[in-house]
Order: sequence, then C-alpha cells, then structure tokens
Amino acid sequence: MSQPGQTFISIRNLNKSYGTFQVLHGIDLDIDEGEVVCVIGPSGSGKSTLIRCVNHLEAFASKSVISVDGIRVEPGDALAKVRAEVGMVFQSFNLFPHMTVLKNVMLAPMRVRKTDRVEAERKARELLVRVGISEQAEKYPGQLSGGQQQRVAIARALAMEPRVLLFDEPTSSLDPEMVGEVLDVMRKLAGTGVTMVIVTHEMGFARQVADRVIFMDSGRLVEAGTPSEIFDTPKEERTRSFLRAVLNH
Amino acid sequence: MNLINTFFNIDVLIDSLPQLLWGLVVTLQIGITSIICGLAGGLLLAVSRLYAPRVIKLLIHGYVDIFRSIPLLVLLIVVYYALPFVGILLSPFLSAVTALSLVSAAYSAEIFRAGIEAIPRGQFEASSALGLSNKHTMIDVILPQAIRIVIPPLTNNCINVLKDTALASVVAMPDLLKQATQAQALAANPTPLIGAAIIYVLLLWPMVATVARLEKHYSRGRS
Repeated sequence: MSQPGQTFISIRNLNKSYGTFQVLHGIDLDIDEGEVVCVIGPSGSGKSTLIRCVNHLEAFASKSVISVDGIRVEPGDALAKVRAEVGMVFQSFNLFPHMTVLKNVMLAPMRVRKTDRVEAERKARELLVRVGISEQAEKYPGQLSGGQQQRVAIARALAMEPRVLLFDEPTSSLDPEMVGEVLDVMRKLAGTGVTMVIVTHEMGFARQVADRVIFMDSGRLVEAGTPSEIFDTPKEERTRSFLRAVLNH
Repeated sequence: MNLINTFFNIDVLIDSLPQLLWGLVVTLQIGITSIICGLAGGLLLAVSRLYAPRVIKLLIHGYVDIFRSIPLLVLLIVVYYALPFVGILLSPFLSAVTALSLVSAAYSAEIFRAGIEAIPRGQFEASSALGLSNKHTMIDVILPQAIRIVIPPLTNNCINVLKDTALASVVAMPDLLKQATQAQALAANPTPLIGAAIIYVLLLWPMVATVARLEKHYSRGRS
C-alpha cells in the first residue's frame, strides 16, 4: 500500500501506435497518491489515449510499463485487480441504459466486490445523495439530462471505492449550462484525497483544482508543472501558443 | 358442389380431425424442442465467437456458414439415412430435432452476433473499467440490450423452424403433414390436407403478425 505523496501510478516509456501512426511517444509520468492531475492539450494530442492505457482499455507497446499501486498493468488476472482500484468516467457517460440509475451504481460492487444487495443499495443511495441526484434513483438513464447522467456515472465509478479516478473529458459532451454541476461534484471529490487524473478542456477548472497540470501535444508530454507554472509562466513555446489560442477567445 | 365435396368434405374432416390434432402435437414437440436447442446453441456460438481463441472462432465461422448453406431436407436425410452407416442411429424424432437445431443454431448465432455488435463499444468499455468479468459483462450488460434488439429476427427464425418441421414427415415422423397425407390416403379425399394447411396457418399467423408489430414498435424509435 502506498501512502499519500508516494508514487501511485507509474508510467515508463509509454508508446502506442495505431498501425503505423504513433499516438504516444515515450511518455514518462509518475502520479502520487492523492494527487489531482489535469491533462490538457489540443485534440488528437493523445491525452485520452494516455489515461485509457492506465486501465488498459487501450493496449500499448509491450516494452512500455505502467503500474498502479505496484501492480503491473497487463492482460491477465492482475488486470481485474487494477480495474477494481481504478474508476473511470467517460465523455459519453456510458451508463447502462436498461438499468435504473440505482442498479447502474449497484452492479459492479455486487458482481466484482461480492457486496450483498442490501449493503450495495445503501451505499448506492448514499453516493447518489453525494452527487445530488437521489430523487432520480428509480429512473432510467435516458430520462435524465446529460449533466445528471454524468453525475450518475461518477457515482457508479465511486461505488467501487476506487483509489484512482480517471476522467476522460467528462464535460465535453454536455450542454454549457450543465458543465458547472459536474465540475462541482469533481471539485468536491478532489478535496477527499482520492487520486484523480482528468483530461479536460476546462482551463479554469484545471487551474483551480489541479495539483499538477500536464500539457501534451502530438503524443508527447511537452510540459508539466503546478497550475501557475503552466498557465502563468509556461516554458515551452508550444504550451504558450496553445494557451493563447484557448484562453483568448 | 363437387368441388366442396372434394376439398372441404366436412365428414372426412371430422373423421380425420383427431389424427390431425395428434399430428399437431408432434409438430409442436419437434418445433419447440428444436427452437429451444437452436436458440441455446446459437447464443453459445455467438458468445464463444466473441471470446474464444482464434482457432475456435474460425471453426464457429465455418459451422455457421456450412449450416446456413446446406438445404434442411438434405441434412435431414443425411442424418436419418446416412448416419446409421457409421453406427449413429437416431429415431425419427431425434433426427428431425437434430437437423432443425443444427440449422437454427447457425441462423440464431448470426442474429445474436448482429445484436451484440449493435451495442456501442462504450458499454463494453464501461464494463471493463468497472472490473466486470467477461461473463458478467455479457449477462448483465450486453445480452439484455442485444436480445431486445434481436427479438423480431429471432421470432422470424422460430417461425421458420416451426414451418420446417413439416420436413420431418419424410423420415416417417407422424407430424401434422404426415398425419394429413395418411388420412388423405385412407379417406381417398384431399380434405385432411386442406385441414392441415389451415391448422399451420392458424398456428403461425399470430406469430407472423406479432413479428410485424414488434418490428414496427422497434423501428419507431429506441431512446
């Protein structure tokens, strides 16, 4: 078990290609327990691919090494252990449309952790209160707004009591007026000590919440630092031009 | 008048009705057994094709293609008349059920596969990210959604299986058609055949209408 401040996710020489097109070039990155990391960068820079490698939703080059809490991420029995510790929230929510909100949140603890139904339901209702949608527990995902669905998805990920939460552009497919409610939930989470890796285009949120901001471009990790280092005094010209483009519009 | 006496002879029909109804029972036994075996086999093939090693995948692919190509009547005759030469002797009932199930499984496998492929990748990814095993991903997440989509084509397939049970009469199975031809020979009148045809229609019409309604229902928008 790692302690707060110790390396929790370790990424070494991460390479990934789709056919002949290389999307990630030798990424090295350590993320500490309890750290909140925001990954920013232009579309197609490999941000999403990077975090999707952490729980092996994307396979990566065999010489690359990712480990989570000391467990190597690779196909096989250990992967289930990693995935139980790593929650993920997707851009398109990916809720299970044929189950009620409550069942969506209860499923994984019951099947993976073997939690009994009563306890799983108690926990699920508690989480739905925490993300502010307890009244919608018996509804189906299709009956909810995008913002509400994404908050259910966060509750579903939290139900496994993960030690890391990966967010893959969690607000990118939301109507503007719903972005705030999801960011609020994430902001509260950041204060609870859970490790978070967030791919986002919300620069204000990144500046406010992140312990560290990572700027990626063309599959390379260009620059990493505190929010003020990246946003106020970026060292790389590529970072500066990206920030100019996204902040001045 | 002559025509009615020939094709719709009430006396002949009443005489042969018990025999026809026994035939219907046999037809339903063959049909329902084959439908159940075919659906179960098809589901197993479709899911195996998704997760099995490459060799098994190719074998399943071959199975599905071969059994969709072979005429059912040919298969039935091979099972009943050819297999005894290698020591496999199946009763008429088992021969009919085997041939119907093998073919129905091939068609069902393709239908289930199409249903599973219609489920967005995000559903698989969300299941994986939660740590669900392949088994639970299928049982809890994918199949409940996929089966809903494929109910109309599966029902169509069931109708085809029920209709194809009539082929069992060539292996001396006393099904509805066989009973009708026997009754016709006995009465020297074709009315029992007409009776059998009407029974087939009465049995299958509601199913055909149900499929049409289901297809309309599903195409009206799933949200």
